[in-house]
Amino acid sequence: MITQNILSIVLALPVLGAAIVFLLPRQAAGAIKATGIAFSLVAFVLSVWLFIAFDAAAPGMQFVERVPWIPSLDVSYHIGIDGISLLLVVLTTFLTPIALLASWDSVKDRLKGFVALMLLLEMGTLGVFLSLDMFLFYVFWEFMLIPMYFIIGIWGGAERVYAAVKFFLYTMAGSLLMLVAIIWLGYYASTVEGGHFTTNLLTLYDIAPSIPFGIQSWMFLAFTLSFAIKVPIFPLHTWLPDAHVQAPTAGSVILAGVLLKMGTYGLVRFSLPLFPAAAIEFLPYVAALAVIGIIYGALVSTVQPDLKKLVAYSSVSHLGFVVLGIMSLTEEGVQGGMLQMISHGLSTGGLFLLVGMIYDRRHTRMIKEYGGIARIVPVYATMFMIVMLSSVGLPGLNGFVGEFLILLGAFKSTFLASRWYAVLGASGVILAAVYLLWSYQRVFFGKAENPENAKLKDLTVREWVVLVPVLVFIVWIGIYPKTFLDKSAVATKQVVQRLEDARRGAPAGMALVPVSNGKQLLP
Amino acid sequence: MTYELVPLAVLLPFIGFLINGLLGRLIKREAVIGAIGSAAVGIGFLIGLNVLFSMLAADPEHRTHVVELFPWISAGGLQTSIAYQIDPLSVVMLLIVTGVGFLIHVYAIGYMHGDPGFWRFFTYLNLFIFAMLNLILADNFLLMFLGWEGVGLCSYLLIGFWYDRNFEKGTTGDAAKKAFIVNRIGDFGFLIGMFLIFTTFGTLRFAPVFAQAEAFPVGAPIMLAITLALFVGATGKSAQIPLFVWLPDAMAGPTPVSALIHAATMVTAGVYMVARCSLLYALAPATMTVVAVIGASTALFAATIGLVQNDIKKVLAYSTVSQLGYMFLAMGVGAFTAGIFHVMTHAFFKALLFLGAGSVIHAMHEEQDIQKMGGLKSHVPITYRTFLLASLAIAGIFPFSGFFSKDEILWKAFAGGHIVLWAMGLFGAILTAFYMFRLVSLTFDGEPRWAHGKHPHEAPATMTVPLMVLAFLSVFGGVLGIPAALGGGNAIEQWLEPVFRPALDKLPHEGHASHVLEYTLMIVSVGVALGGILVARRWYRSTTGVPEGIAARFPVIHRVLVNKYFVDEAYDAVVVNPIQKGSERILWKGIDVGVIDWLVNASARFVAYLSRTVRVVQTGVAQGYALAFVLGVVAILGWLLVH
Repeated sequence: MITQNILSIVLALPVLGAAIVFLLPRQAAGAIKATGIAFSLVAFVLSVWLFIAFDAAAPGMQFVERVPWIPSLDVSYHIGIDGISLLLVVLTTFLTPIALLASWDSVKDRLKGFVALMLLLEMGTLGVFLSLDMFLFYVFWEFMLIPMYFIIGIWGGAERVYAAVKFFLYTMAGSLLMLVAIIWLGYYASTVEGGHFTTNLLTLYDIAPSIPFGIQSWMFLAFTLSFAIKVPIFPLHTWLPDAHVQAPTAGSVILAGVLLKMGTYGLVRFSLPLFPAAAIEFLPYVAALAVIGIIYGALVSTVQPDLKKLVAYSSVSHLGFVVLGIMSLTEEGVQGGMLQMISHGLSTGGLFLLVGMIYDRRHTRMIKEYGGIARIVPVYATMFMIVMLSSVGLPGLNGFVGEFLILLGAFKSTFLASRWYAVLGASGVILAAVYLLWSYQRVFFGKAENPENAKLKDLTVREWVVLVPVLVFIVWIGIYPKTFLDKSAVATKQVVQRLEDARRGAPAGMALVPVSNGKQLLP
Repeated sequence: MTYELVPLAVLLPFIGFLINGLLGRLIKREAVIGAIGSAAVGIGFLIGLNVLFSMLAADPEHRTHVVELFPWISAGGLQTSIAYQIDPLSVVMLLIVTGVGFLIHVYAIGYMHGDPGFWRFFTYLNLFIFAMLNLILADNFLLMFLGWEGVGLCSYLLIGFWYDRNFEKGTTGDAAKKAFIVNRIGDFGFLIGMFLIFTTFGTLRFAPVFAQAEAFPVGAPIMLAITLALFVGATGKSAQIPLFVWLPDAMAGPTPVSALIHAATMVTAGVYMVARCSLLYALAPATMTVVAVIGASTALFAATIGLVQNDIKKVLAYSTVSQLGYMFLAMGVGAFTAGIFHVMTHAFFKALLFLGAGSVIHAMHEEQDIQKMGGLKSHVPITYRTFLLASLAIAGIFPFSGFFSKDEILWKAFAGGHIVLWAMGLFGAILTAFYMFRLVSLTFDGEPRWAHGKHPHEAPATMTVPLMVLAFLSVFGGVLGIPAALGGGNAIEQWLEPVFRPALDKLPHEGHASHVLEYTLMIVSVGVALGGILVARRWYRSTTGVPEGIAARFPVIHRVLVNKYFVDEAYDAVVVNPIQKGSERILWKGIDVGVIDWLVNASARFVAYLSRTVRVVQTGVAQGYALAFVLGVVAILGWLLVH
């Protein structure tokens, strides 16, 4: 029973937690926080079990559940995982309790709402990664916006409303196009011989590649635009710095750690396998934007006076790596991209946690307010150093593994057909050292001259508990990435194989032949 | 069993790093912390010796062993492991790193006494040894890269060790950051090199890469690309033109660090990497020329700067850059053994020079300006004598160790027909002898130029004993490479022969040069070195006014040399400032805020304007909305169905 419905249980736990939090009295702050952390922890434990039980060698979806929802349109509650979603599910359940624990003292106002929204956000995010039905996916995709909007808009900084609205509108603009594309896809399924309207992703995998190239291009662009905003890919990234800077720490951690990955996940799950012909055509352009993002994000990051904004822009650079890896369509590159999603969640999530800790003490994120604090808070400085080095991509820590595989994949990719993507992308490795080391130096090294910093307290026990799990995985992935790479190998290979077949003109999974000429379906 | 112990030699410094790093603050006692740190390295040296003896007992063709621990990064076609390759080359490096490393650890117990960061210092030092051993023992390029970046990190941490101190125009933090970033520029080349190797050979392991490379013709373009990319990495790590700028600033770190990392071991990693890939380089003659020219140019260029520096560590830093140039000259002319031999002798005498300088700085209460020293000979006798021996060794005086290794390089350059490179090297040797004895004379000879309040005293035994051991090695280390012309067996050449044989087979064979010519050149180089020494002693032993007179006659040259050819200033103006200003003004405030966000906000305003206009339809009657909604859905579905 538990095994069969494990995914639904993981999905339901945060909702249940949110419901209980709602029922608790407002004054019971401790109970509210404990409930939130307890439920998210149980979800994490279950997902670890999922990770262990997952059969890495088996192709296709595992732990699948399917219940009809709107039978006439073949919409169903259809969830399952493969090697691509597994890691992201674990990352989500891992970061949520950490984010909640990190806000133990910093969120006091309207605590009930905060904890409940964080749990609902977890549910929405998990739903996105688990859905095997396009309609269900879309529901989760949109749903997730609402808690995030309120988390930024209510518990955020001074300009939280502007940031929240910007985040909301940017994302909505993209997802509306995706909705149209989903409806069209479902409709297209009814036009093939023996077909009917469906939003079942697994069925659509077989049908969609046969869409004529012209329309396939529009479909690809509609999906990819929506994902590109979420990632974000340059030049659609300007919502990100505002959202991050204004969001409370927990919001930033989840936003950077998990939400951005919904975009890159969407590319692997939908854009590439559904529309292979169009993807092959457009991927050099997407990869080019990714490379621009790597360099641009790093350069803009270098000159930020606000530590949190610096980390935010660095995400643009790091996610550029992920997109480049995916677009390389090599096993090395896509595997690297998958792992880099996790690594970025740990390193950038970790950096946001650390920035939040110093902000809680000094209520400023301006780099120039600090300087020389390594002597005052040595343990904090050491933790920051390790997480920073992970973000820099130092071999032996997690960031390097993904980055190396991505660049290697991009370098050997026959889909990209130019080594310049990798060579220019690799320059991001230099720039990452520039912006991170420079900011580290300005915050921690030198003489401690600002008297405001003289009484800074070093890490508390609670903060240790928040950071140590992150550090464990930073080192684990760096030294023994096999644990994680093995899980995603088969699924990655399938995606790559699918695109390679499409390039060779082999009708991969195109068993069904369209009866009407697709060109007439849309102008 | 012997070879299986090698991973332990790698692991021990890591354990030392963990113990001192996690518990050092609690242990507090310097003796315990220092003993843990030193033992972790010293045991590695014993393991290395044991391996050496087993190898000596084995047949020369069967001295290579690979010990595989566990798989590391594997995806798609890439399979890499944490695996160590033990062969005659890596065991030589293992012994240098752990041997010299051990002595410097012991020295540091005395040198760092009383420093509040004592435990942190030994933590970083052990981490460095761990990374360095990965670098030299790796059986594949990726693990080598782990060590390569790891030593860079430790260098960064140790240069910035006294992170709240000022250094020159900035802080130690500036110097540390500069070292890491310049090294990363080199690492970029290393990365590209690895990508090329993987796409060419389908693996990053040394053995299969080199086995496949045998099939490539000499001059194959891909070999040119691979070796040039890797060499970019080497110029960063080993401080060659154009990426040498970080090493002089690296002197901001404590002096044992300068001795260990920035003289004896880490900076020779680039030389080691070229030696390890000697076959690939031999297949790319054009790269060999580039390596030789960069090496000879750096040797000469850095030596000229060393002539006029007044900071005792700065002189030694430029001297290191210069000596590394000789090693690359050796690589470039195909004298791989001579290059590694010079790595070894240089590790002895340059470590000694730095440690001696540390002893002097210690005695002078943190003074580093040699203009404010003088007459220290009698106050620090052990330091003086050992420093003098090391200076004779680096100057290339017979029969000190430096003579054999440097002369071997110059001889191979000459015998290979590279007369210009040989002449550059020879001229560099004169300058070396000159600046070293300028340093010796200004520091130890003549009248004291320091304030009367100071009472210079000799360092404790933990510091002087390592000095004496290194002095012994600096004097006698040359016996390992006495050339046949002098009746020696050139033991090191025979030892490394199996490693370099594949590369040497690809190189054009030089004609057999006569011993008479070799003797002549030896006499020439020792003669000019002696000349350099004598001039320096005459000018600087007491205040003669001669150097000042020369400086006054050639003010432009003097100014250029004192300011190190203004290379730092040029890099700032051409690279650093444009990137910084451009990122801020054009990218961030221009494109991000000015263009993209303006468009986003403008479209939001446009929508707001439209909404105000169409607000009239917003009646607030829900039924009206529902009707409009249903009509809309019907219209869309109808349209889709009709078409």
